Amino acid sequence: MNLAVKAATPQSGRSPDSRAEASRPPAFKELRLDGVRRDFGAVNALRDLTLTIRRGQFVALLGPSGCGKSTALNCIAGLLPVTGGSIRLDDKRIDTLRTEERGFGMVFQNYALFPHMTVRRNVGFGLKMRGVPTAQAEKRIDEALRLVHLTDHGHKLPGQLSGGQQQRVAIARAIVIEPPLVLMDEPLSNLDAKLRLEMRQEIRRIHGQLGSTTIYVTHDQEEALSLADRIVVLRDGVIRQVGTPAELYGAPAHLDVADFMGYRNRINGRLVGNAGGLAQVDIGGGTLEGAPRGELKGETAVVAVRPDDLVPARPGQAGIAATVEAIEYRGREFHGVARSAAGAELHFASSAPLGVGSPVSLTANKDQVLVFPPEDK
Amino acid sequence: MTAIASQDRPAEPGSLPLRMRLAAAGLDGVTLLVLPAALGLVLLFVYPFLYGLVLSFEPKVGGALANYERFFSDPYFSNTIGTTMWIALPVTILNLLLAIPIAFRVRLMRRQRLLTTILVLPITLGTVLVAEGMLFYFGPQGWFNRALMTIGLISSPVRLVHNYWGVVISLVITGFPFTFLLTLSYITGIDPSLEQAAATLGAKPASRFRHIFWPLLLPGLAITFCLSFVQAYSVFPSAVLVGEPAAATRVISIAAYQAAFEDYDYSMASAVAMVMAATQLVVVLLVFAGRSLVYRGPVATGKG
Amino acid sequence: MNRSLTEKLWAAALWVLVIFFIVNLFALIATVITSSFASRWLGTWLPAGVTTRWYYSAWDEFQLGDVLLVTFEVVFAVVLLSGLLGVPAAYAMARRDFPGKKLMMLLFLLPLLVPPITYGIPMATVLYKIGLGGTMAGVILANLVPTVPFVILVMIPFIEQIDPRIEAAARVFGAGTFRLFLHILLPILTPGILAALLLVLVRTIGMFELTFLTSGPTSQTLVVALYYAVFAAGVRAVQSIDAMAVIYMATTLIWLLIALRFVNPTQIVARAKQAQAH
Repeated sequence: MNLAVKAATPQSGRSPDSRAEASRPPAFKELRLDGVRRDFGAVNALRDLTLTIRRGQFVALLGPSGCGKSTALNCIAGLLPVTGGSIRLDDKRIDTLRTEERGFGMVFQNYALFPHMTVRRNVGFGLKMRGVPTAQAEKRIDEALRLVHLTDHGHKLPGQLSGGQQQRVAIARAIVIEPPLVLMDEPLSNLDAKLRLEMRQEIRRIHGQLGSTTIYVTHDQEEALSLADRIVVLRDGVIRQVGTPAELYGAPAHLDVADFMGYRNRINGRLVGNAGGLAQVDIGGGTLEGAPRGELKGETAVVAVRPDDLVPARPGQAGIAATVEAIEYRGREFHGVARSAAGAELHFASSAPLGVGSPVSLTANKDQVLVFPPEDK
Repeated sequence: MTAIASQDRPAEPGSLPLRMRLAAAGLDGVTLLVLPAALGLVLLFVYPFLYGLVLSFEPKVGGALANYERFFSDPYFSNTIGTTMWIALPVTILNLLLAIPIAFRVRLMRRQRLLTTILVLPITLGTVLVAEGMLFYFGPQGWFNRALMTIGLISSPVRLVHNYWGVVISLVITGFPFTFLLTLSYITGIDPSLEQAAATLGAKPASRFRHIFWPLLLPGLAITFCLSFVQAYSVFPSAVLVGEPAAATRVISIAAYQAAFEDYDYSMASAVAMVMAATQLVVVLLVFAGRSLVYRGPVATGKG
Repeated sequence: MNRSLTEKLWAAALWVLVIFFIVNLFALIATVITSSFASRWLGTWLPAGVTTRWYYSAWDEFQLGDVLLVTFEVVFAVVLLSGLLGVPAAYAMARRDFPGKKLMMLLFLLPLLVPPITYGIPMATVLYKIGLGGTMAGVILANLVPTVPFVILVMIPFIEQIDPRIEAAARVFGAGTFRLFLHILLPILTPGILAALLLVLVRTIGMFELTFLTSGPTSQTLVVALYYAVFAAGVRAVQSIDAMAVIYMATTLIWLLIALRFVNPTQIVARAKQAQAH
């Protein structure tokens, strides 16, 4: 197993081709999901999922609970059969194969470490199933344990390890078999906040060193933004948007995606202008302008802006007239809720404390405002 | 104004009133609720057992060990251990061998409840009724033999009652559901994600059973074996009604019963009961000794 | 998912075994029922004719009216007493940690692990010695030995599920232990208690060994009377014994069906055992 250390490249610069070191089998070019459907009785958990994942990419499946992300992962792994559509690895159709024949590595949310086996035997289980000779297996186990920094814990039982350590064993177990694809199902959700941050770095580091194609399921947009090359946002079993982290952060395509990516203000208003790449919306008490997303027909539109980007106007600057209803100290600044003249709830940020009941004029830079059509579906 | 010390108690450092100290140790009014049940069991279970133990050393004739000497020297008594073991052990093993694969397959079923309800029937109806039904059904004129003859498997009726086989059959009918339900509860207690993880690592169903389920199941199977064995070993009504109580199926419980209610030798009866308890205990301890050699920890993975 | 041929054969074989078991079981029960309605049944697949007279003769012969009365008196007394003794004890075991608790738990476990015949013989000896042998009181006491621990073991998990802070809240607002039970615990525990007592009921109707060892001619339950009838089968007509057996089955099954509305079938067997620590 050639675990040559690779220099960590900035995420946005990562391209699949630079990783095509033919040192590691099996080489494949892409994983393709075509119109994949999964029903549970009358419930459509996945509807017409079509997605292509290229070798070496770190893809995050992001969405609220019930959106189908775990279902999609389980279908790829073979733990759930697809009700319709197909999954192909290059030209080979794999959705008809059983789980044990697909050869993907998987990291489970609850780790699923075999409680009666030591760390070494857990990690070596996949190798044993493949009939790898013992001497070679032992070496590969050593390498894997070294990669996850657990060399001294080889002879312990999972029950003797902490949560973070268990998670690392689960990762080692999945990668030691050198799978074409590594599947991770919300691996960090059972860890406390501090540990989660540490493990995120670990996963990023390991992915940097190995370059293995990874599909990562999470409901945490921060995790997705920090780890992934490409993010797939799902809702109710359909893909809402696919893009790089920057694209999703700055230019969500739909209102619900924006909502998920932290655009907490979604204000209804009257569309008063739309030209030259800028749309103006009168939300009652003032006008905001920003980049239009989607087709803006009709008279109404929805303005989306992050709380951090909605700030009190400078003297002389135009803004939305509103009254402060609540204010909260957040350390670096204050976050507040204000009510506009038209009755809309506005979440904003302010560097100075404002009194409850005092009037405030809020504004946002047009680069940070998005305008969506209403009832965006 | 000078403060007056509170009238309650002199403030001795580190000393609480007795009631509070007892409560800290877990003994208060609530704990006393356990006493009526405990007392009842001591009087009705522990005391008679000890009484019987002592009584067994006070035989009608002879020294303290006379009952036990008689038991082990008189084949009419000593053979009962062998007879009972010869019935109980194979039956228990058979029940387990049937229960494990069937429970393994049933655990994935969604309509389990129907099956478990049907299987609970023989346990609820009890050994007496099963024995009663067997007398005709498995008898020479019964439907079982008739069916076999009609199919052509046998030419004359097979003797399945009033012998060893009658007892074995009745113990399987009442014992298999018990063993099966226990095994099923152990199998379903194993975290399903463990099997999924093994599958993603390339383990086929047989390997999954061998490497994951079996080791995690063993401690539970040991307990199931012990409970099933103990039930089979204490067989009584079937041994009388569908067995040969005078000879081939003269089990140890019959010997105890006869000593008590036919010979009115309560001392000997107690001695036989003690031997019965002791032999059961030996088997159970052996199984537990084996069990302590394997992994006995939680069968669902822990979280951080 | 595709399943290989060997897997399918294996599954089929197992199902054949299960179906074989169930078919034979039902056939066995059917034999008893059919025989009880048979006017004459010798050497043929089905009886010569159908009649209900065996039921009347069995009722008289075996004094089933009295036996049923005794059975229900015993069973209901056992159910009541085991509830009264077991539920408070379960509460104490679930909520308190005291020195000797493990020993107490062992005391409650043993009667469920040791088979009734083994401890029944010494128990019967003692009961006869103090003059309770052969009486209804003796039978009731004997049957309490396995049922009180059963109630305790079934109820402990139920009680542990109740958030102790609810009880703390009740105490903060002034409820002593008795009123705590009455107004808070019993209402919440009612389904669990109902389940446990129904299970006790079903088990006690079928409890043979203990009653057999401690009962006299006027304190026999139905199952013991059935045993004696079968034992002395040469003397009486088989069909009337079968009629009695059917009455026994009906009694048991009615209560089993009622119990199953509230309880999972496995709990009749596994609950008490599952509560053991590994």
